[in-house]
Amino acid sequence: MAIFNLNVNGKKVTVDVDADTPLLWVLRDELNLMGTKFGCGIASCGSCTVHLNGMAMRSCVTPVSSAESVEITTIEGLGEEKLHPVQEAWKELDVPQCGYCQAGQIMTATSFLKQNPNPSTEEIRNAMNGNLCRCASYNRIEKAVALAAKKMS
Amino acid sequence: MKKQDRTTFSRRNFMKTSALAGGGILIGFNFFSSCKEAVAPPVDVSKLNFQDFNAFIKIAENGYVTIFSPNPEIGQGVKTSMPMIIAEELDVPWNHVTVEQGALDTKNFTRQVAGGSQSIRFGWDALRQTGATAKLMLMTAAANKWGVDVSACKASNGIITNSKGEELTYGDVVNDAATLEVPEDVSLKSPEDYNIIGKDAINVDMDKIIRGVPLFGLDYKVDGMKYVCVCRPPAFGQKIKSFDGTAAKLVNGVTEVIQFGDKVAVLADNTWAAMKGKQAVKVEWVTDSKPENTALHNEALFEVLDGKGLETRREDGNIKNAFEEADKIIERTYEAPFLPHNCMEPMNFYANVTEDKIHLVGPIQTPERTAQYVAKLLNRNADDIHLEMTRMGGGFGRRLYGDFVVEAAEISNITKQPIKVIYSREDDMTAGTYRPASKYRIKASIKDGEITGYHLIEAAVNGNMWNAIANYFPAGAIDNYKVETGNFSSNISTGAWRAPYTNFLAFAEQSFFDELALTLEKDPIQLRLDLLKKVPDQNDPEKYSSKRMTQVIKLAAEKSNWGKTDSDTFQGFASYFSHNTHVAEVVDITMNNGMPKLEKVTVAVDCGIVVNPTGAKNQIEGGVLDGIGHAMFGDFSFENGTPQDSNFNTYQLIRMKDTPIVETHFVDSNISPTGLGEPGLPPAGGALANAIKAATGQRILQQPFINSLKQRKTDIQA
Repeated sequence: MAIFNLNVNGKKVTVDVDADTPLLWVLRDELNLMGTKFGCGIASCGSCTVHLNGMAMRSCVTPVSSAESVEITTIEGLGEEKLHPVQEAWKELDVPQCGYCQAGQIMTATSFLKQNPNPSTEEIRNAMNGNLCRCASYNRIEKAVALAAKKMS
Repeated sequence: MKKQDRTTFSRRNFMKTSALAGGGILIGFNFFSSCKEAVAPPVDVSKLNFQDFNAFIKIAENGYVTIFSPNPEIGQGVKTSMPMIIAEELDVPWNHVTVEQGALDTKNFTRQVAGGSQSIRFGWDALRQTGATAKLMLMTAAANKWGVDVSACKASNGIITNSKGEELTYGDVVNDAATLEVPEDVSLKSPEDYNIIGKDAINVDMDKIIRGVPLFGLDYKVDGMKYVCVCRPPAFGQKIKSFDGTAAKLVNGVTEVIQFGDKVAVLADNTWAAMKGKQAVKVEWVTDSKPENTALHNEALFEVLDGKGLETRREDGNIKNAFEEADKIIERTYEAPFLPHNCMEPMNFYANVTEDKIHLVGPIQTPERTAQYVAKLLNRNADDIHLEMTRMGGGFGRRLYGDFVVEAAEISNITKQPIKVIYSREDDMTAGTYRPASKYRIKASIKDGEITGYHLIEAAVNGNMWNAIANYFPAGAIDNYKVETGNFSSNISTGAWRAPYTNFLAFAEQSFFDELALTLEKDPIQLRLDLLKKVPDQNDPEKYSSKRMTQVIKLAAEKSNWGKTDSDTFQGFASYFSHNTHVAEVVDITMNNGMPKLEKVTVAVDCGIVVNPTGAKNQIEGGVLDGIGHAMFGDFSFENGTPQDSNFNTYQLIRMKDTPIVETHFVDSNISPTGLGEPGLPPAGGALANAIKAATGQRILQQPFINSLKQRKTDIQA
């Protein structure tokens, strides 16, 4: 076990865990931030997506030891006070079915729109292709990303 | 206001009310069975017991309504749509309603199950009657206050008015209403007066989902709980011989390693330690029964198709004569592999077994049945079990089976502590209850340009089809008709998978009818319509109806511009009745670099009254894309009893780039609603295969399509 100092959603926190522990399990088991989901453990589904310095990353394959000295943002920190426009778009278009993958989808979308505020349909489809939705709510995710881009412009 | 549907059973026997301690009224009701005479709903909502009532409505002194929705939410939207039905008849503004998931009553629950697209269908009458009864009680309380007859009062949007123009809110009279007898004679609204049903209502858990609030089974946690990963036999047909947990116990955070049955559980202080501990356990497995291969299944299923152990499901006329007299006979064999469910939330469950009670929490589609299993296994009284349901990260049939709940209960029982079993993705995919691998052989005889005989044989691992399905299309449309089924008994666990029984049958049948249409040189849609003319309508809102099927087919043809697309677009059609709902679909594709590009799916649906259009469309969109995804990519095989895929790096699910846009149209209807979780799926694969045929001439007979498509591309390039 070792002490790690993390910056999560703008707060400094300290955890005492094994160095190889994926950030996902630190968030969920140690910090009670349950919004980041476990889906595959091998960076193939995107359910565990968080932002490291604003970039969408898979927390299931990010060891806690490499997450010090970066700003970690989880779904809980995204729209703490006011919903993020991406979350608003998700709500407006009634996107989720079971809802399990949606935090990861939203984290991917927010990071993507920061880099590409005015994406084409093709670009949205490429950007979101790494996030699985087993309920296949893909049509609405696609529309919600486009709507969020419009809201943010 | 037009009234209809005088109620048919006694309200007094299924509804009870009580005044709440803090003010307001609590209405307890039971969907199906009556409540015992002696019981009353609790006066404290924190003590809802769900023993005699399977659902509760609380109306507070401010007029706000809380509905405790009893059916498990797996993403099919019933936590939103069922309360909408109550609110409609109660006549309260939807934004005054909050919805909470009810817990389980193992004793008296009749149907607290999510599965088979049946929640709405079963709840429809009871939910409406409950809302209407509560509204009448509130109106009666207001009438008493005013000293007028209740017939002189009206209620709408939570406000009661009388002929003098006076107003009282529901909140004003709720405490008086709580003292009234439950009335017997209540009228229900006519569909044209609906204000909530038929209007879009956003998923009631929306804010929690998009903010990442803990909702799911995997999110449930109690202090001191141990996290558990389980080593299960890696191959079907194996059992445990011995294990060595020494190395696992050295993993930081691992607290215990125990054997239970043929499995080994690793308990730890956190999930990661449990996962690492599991990797470190050394288990010696031995063969218990013959390990099976996909090649063996193929061979065995072909033997069934050739006649081994067949059972007749339905037989009309004489197919033997029809085939003897035919001008032409068409025969095709369709094949599909096993499929895992792959819910995004892997299986998991919390259990705390103590001397006085068994506390179980998690995502399960069948709480009642599962609680009974646990009680039996642990030799305990069912009353000891308190099972709480969480929101479920998908079900698709996997969570009908409580094997993971039983594991959790057993481990907690042995180790005497609260634990949570967590499946890795690999555990989830390799310890499944798979959609059975199956094959269909369909044969038709043609004489004088008409289909005279139809013979369908199903061969499935562990069996698939059941009774009523043989009575759907094309039963009745073809004079000489026979459906036979047979199975190969396997040690691989199989079970219901979204749209069970028909998810692959629909593909086979609808591909075959496309082929028949081409052979007869008829338009594929016209062929179906002509055949349906021969089928007498059953005139039962829950049964297969040739009339309703004809309607959805026509609607799909119209909305898709069937036959009128540009020359680069190719269309395929399929229609299917499943889970009491009629669906027709047209898939539009273009060709891109030798592979089909899916552009659009036009869907026509008759599910009766559409309770929540946005939720209903979401179900259809998901069902269609799920059907297309699994038809295109779903592949799962076994070698020596071992699943050959275990995670999403090799097992392909549909992703956004592969998806067409789904456009859904509902038939305008006043008929009682039926479910939507499943019916969108079955026609999708067939419609796509028929579009591929139109575009390329290639007739796809096997799932996943991607193998045949790649083969074709290679052949062309060579």
